[in-house]
Amino acid sequence: MTDAIDLLLNTSLWAAVLRIATPLIFGVLGALLCERSGVLNLGIEGIMTMGAMSGWLAVYLGAPLLVGLLVAAICGALLGALHATLTVPLGLSQHVSGLGITLFASALAYYLYRLIVEVGDLPPTIEPFEPLNIPFLTDIPVLGPILFAQAFPTYLALFAVIAMAYVLTRTPLGLAIRMTGENAHAVDAQGLYPTHIRFGAVVVGSALMAIGGAFLTTTAFNSFFPGMVQGRGWICIALVVFASWRPGKALIGALLFAFFDAYQLRLQTTTEGVPYQLFLMAPYVLSITALVLVARKAEVPASLMTPYRRGER
Amino acid sequence: MTKVLELVGISKRFGALTANDDVNLSLKQGEILALLGENGAGKTTLMNILFGHYAADKGHVRVFGTELPSGKPRAAIEAGVGMVHQHFTLADNLTVLDNVMLGSEPLFRFRSARTEARNKLMQISDRFGLPVTPEAKIGSLSVGERQRVEILKALYRDARVLILDEPTAVLARPEAKRLFETLRGMTKEGLSLIFISHKLHEVMAASDRVAVLRGGKIVAERDTNKTNADELAELMVGRKVERPVRQEHDIGAPVLIAQKVRLENDGETQLNNVSFQVNAGEILGIVGVSGNGQAALGALLSGLAAPTAGELTLDGNEVGHIGPRGMIMAGVGRVPEDRNSEGVVGELSLWENAVLERIRSPKFSRWGFVRQRAARDYTSALIKRFDIRGANPDTRIRLLSGGNMQKLILGRVLANDPRFVLANQPTRGLDEGAIAAVHAKLLAARAKGAAILLISEELEEAVALSDRIQAIVKGRLSAPIHADQADAQRLGLMMAGVWEEDENAA
Repeated sequence: MTDAIDLLLNTSLWAAVLRIATPLIFGVLGALLCERSGVLNLGIEGIMTMGAMSGWLAVYLGAPLLVGLLVAAICGALLGALHATLTVPLGLSQHVSGLGITLFASALAYYLYRLIVEVGDLPPTIEPFEPLNIPFLTDIPVLGPILFAQAFPTYLALFAVIAMAYVLTRTPLGLAIRMTGENAHAVDAQGLYPTHIRFGAVVVGSALMAIGGAFLTTTAFNSFFPGMVQGRGWICIALVVFASWRPGKALIGALLFAFFDAYQLRLQTTTEGVPYQLFLMAPYVLSITALVLVARKAEVPASLMTPYRRGER
Repeated sequence: MTKVLELVGISKRFGALTANDDVNLSLKQGEILALLGENGAGKTTLMNILFGHYAADKGHVRVFGTELPSGKPRAAIEAGVGMVHQHFTLADNLTVLDNVMLGSEPLFRFRSARTEARNKLMQISDRFGLPVTPEAKIGSLSVGERQRVEILKALYRDARVLILDEPTAVLARPEAKRLFETLRGMTKEGLSLIFISHKLHEVMAASDRVAVLRGGKIVAERDTNKTNADELAELMVGRKVERPVRQEHDIGAPVLIAQKVRLENDGETQLNNVSFQVNAGEILGIVGVSGNGQAALGALLSGLAAPTAGELTLDGNEVGHIGPRGMIMAGVGRVPEDRNSEGVVGELSLWENAVLERIRSPKFSRWGFVRQRAARDYTSALIKRFDIRGANPDTRIRLLSGGNMQKLILGRVLANDPRFVLANQPTRGLDEGAIAAVHAKLLAARAKGAAILLISEELEEAVALSDRIQAIVKGRLSAPIHADQADAQRLGLMMAGVWEEDENAA
């Protein structure tokens, strides 16, 4: 028991929370942006897989790490454009299209990986992002190692939270996106184009998801292997609901899940006599509980999953 | 006077349907033009073309002398045209200011100028006498307030021509009156207005000029002070329509009795100590400004809500707690307030909707299977008997006009000779011809001895059909008065909550 508490006081746990949260933050922001405009994007799991593979591959083929992230974002944007084409102008079922994108993108990622990369006994590796170790700040006791010794993408994620919150609440574009998610007819009646806004939101949102995937292969690990996204995309979809479609709460949700995950990992190694599967399960069980408690009051965008066609109500 | 707006030779087809056929129309500076026509006459299509929601097949629109590109709402807004849609284009979860500001700034701007926008909104709101709270969420506003926001949206974009699509469809009479006063005030500020309507009395009361649209064509234009309601009615329908008149006859024994009924929902008292009785062969009218408990009364009599206290009996049997199915079995016919959401299932066919209430009856099902032929035959009979047009039993019901849909609902209810009928806003949104048909059916049911409770916001309707009238105010019912004592002044007072307490309160 004292072990369990000792773990909580260990700065490495809290540093790990931020690290584990990073891909979730990107993913949940991306999903949130799509949904705020009225489009559910269940392609997230596949888009993150594609982001993980393409970002890694670019670096493996000689590109700098930042270009790797960019390549991942572009691949995500392309898949987002596919999902948007199917669901926005064509108005197809967002569930079906999203799941289709996930199956397609995951398979494509594995296929391209096998096609291009020679895999021996061990998957090939790259040089990943290193912790920045910001001078002076890193030396602050407790907070320093937690906040100021992260890798670049983690800071990018935190910045993205602020940027997303700002754009959504303070800019005309954000108002238009929110309004499209609430009532696309209102947007059309005011002389804007709800279909363009949705298309853009899905493309940008998907790019963010893919960067989240790329974090896994360029920072958390240094190689790509099938199944590595491990349902993080689905967690993000749930976190959006948990966050009531707000970027700030999305950050809290991602951190909460990451905390459960980091803590259970450490408990596994220090606790004996309990099957480790129970610990693996814990973050999901706790997330579902939190979701149920919070989601009843969630403010769902009113026209989420309602395709827009002129002259139809 | 100068022409601010011209529609020239507008034609529009949807498949086989000609919605607009070579329509020419112009609007003069500072006038209020009423566009009158029945449902389906092409009024809304025409205005949607004008505002750029649709592109016309032929013809063009000129605003202040310049031609508008077709199919671009933005161009219409920038030319100074504003539209108040019948189904408000507002987002409930956002604030008034959000809704007004949308689209007024370039999208890619670092910061919304909310303070300036709020000032401008308040200034316009003062100038036109349309008070609003900028930070209130739309969802918390009444229908009348939402419409005000919808109008302010257009004014905020500096509209000089305002189009209002059926602006009074959702308003109670006093609200409608206030709206027309506001509109009149706007013309003094230099605006020109078109409002779409199928209600003769408001066209007569509020417009300077009337254009009548029938079958997609302009069939007449008149100065309002040189015409009358009868002429317009005939022009609009294309033939003479007369609403049926209630004949005095002997009233039978009490059928439905409510005694001191109280209805609470989520701790809120929706009906308070309500007592009334409806007799066989009688129509009891319940009048009142919308939102005073009509919905709760409707739910109570449909079996969707059970009384918290008090007693509801049908032919002496307690029916307060038997639920919707129990009500149907007991011989209660229900015409719900909102036919689209509660009356029918839009995606299902006519025959499915026709038998839905009684699907368990042996007439329509056997061994758990639907007797489709019986159901279709039954529906065909209904279609013939209740004059439902443009449909066969397999038509999806959402393709029907509101009037024909309502005829099916009435047919479904009346075909079984119910003991008691709840008719909740039975003619809302219907045009003149359909209203006459609905009235005739209700009066026929009355003549056959049904007890009918009519909830209506249309005073003329309540007075014309009802034997007795009670007013509903804040969940309480006034004492009943006989229809022949019901003049406008007395009803007005009753609806304002002023009545003499009857010791029996029924």
